Amino acid sequence: MLLSLGLILLCQLVGEAIAHGTGIAVPGPVIGLVLCVLLLLARDRLGRRVPVELADGTFEQTGRGILSHLSLMFIPAGVGVIQRFDVLAGNALAITAALVVSTVLSLAVTAWVFSVVAGRAE
Amino acid sequence: MNNDVFALWVYLARTPLLWLTVTILAYCLCDRISAALHRTPLANPVLMSMCLVGVLVRVSGTPYATYFDGAQFIHFLLGPATVALGIPLYQNRQLVMRAILPMLCALVAGSLTALVSAVAIARLLGAAPSIVTSIAPKSVTAAVAMGISGRLGGDPGLTAVLVILTGILGAIVVTPLMNRLRITDKRARGFAAGLAAHGIGTARAFQVNPLAGTFAGIAMGLNALLTAIVLPLLL
Repeated sequence: MLLSLGLILLCQLVGEAIAHGTGIAVPGPVIGLVLCVLLLLARDRLGRRVPVELADGTFEQTGRGILSHLSLMFIPAGVGVIQRFDVLAGNALAITAALVVSTVLSLAVTAWVFSVVAGRAE
Repeated sequence: MNNDVFALWVYLARTPLLWLTVTILAYCLCDRISAALHRTPLANPVLMSMCLVGVLVRVSGTPYATYFDGAQFIHFLLGPATVALGIPLYQNRQLVMRAILPMLCALVAGSLTALVSAVAIARLLGAAPSIVTSIAPKSVTAAVAMGISGRLGGDPGLTAVLVILTGILGAIVVTPLMNRLRITDKRARGFAAGLAAHGIGTARAFQVNPLAGTFAGIAMGLNALLTAIVLPLLL
């Protein structure tokens, strides 16, 4: 469990180092996500030479544990809304319209394009 | 006696422990309520917890910075959680590779729709340039959106709030909207949720179906990437 957590943090750390070191636009945690997939693929290659914790499903379980509370992690930034009431109220119409219309449009376009292209390919 | 209670409050209000505890317990309560209501979209756990904690912080007269001192430990987990999205991606890699073409097409179409429509509407309704810039990356996961907004002259704090509001909105709207559009493909529904409503949409997708959640996670990562590259060219 602890090793799994350490490895997840290591992926993020290396990801941040790559992002800041090279100055590319890709965010550190997203590079970490790719590294996490590579780590699991490497594990499959190495067979029995990896630590037990990586091979017995503990790593996957730890990741699922973190992901099952993804909603919780947005609360601290969300509570910041109490600081911004003035800006939100001052631009209420522009902000509300932009958020609502753009969110509904992008949901619809994304899902529609996905299912049309998938329907043609399959 | 009253003085003692006050002294205790002054002490507790300054330790990170208080607001960390409040945030976690508020979430546990709101998640229970959401589950009891059969995960109906409107009873969004993030929205409910945010309101509950926000009211407590406001009523107690606590500055947001003091609140965040405690809550930052939870906020920090957003990074490792993004990394952990690699695990369902790895587990479903064959399904994902088979859908690579629809994913890339939907990514480009959806990402541009999100950006262009948000910027155009905000400008049309007379929002100041710094507010337009703060709205533009609203569909991207919080940490990345704040970085983009700051670099382009927006207000990162405002962007964080708009990102969360977009996420909640998307998570509430996605299920009824997809039903209305008769889109039944779980991959398409999940991908749209992650693209338009980042991590909160992804959390919603995982609530509904693990496969939808996986595609939502991929969409969130890809959209963060594409927006970071495209937005500076667009504004």
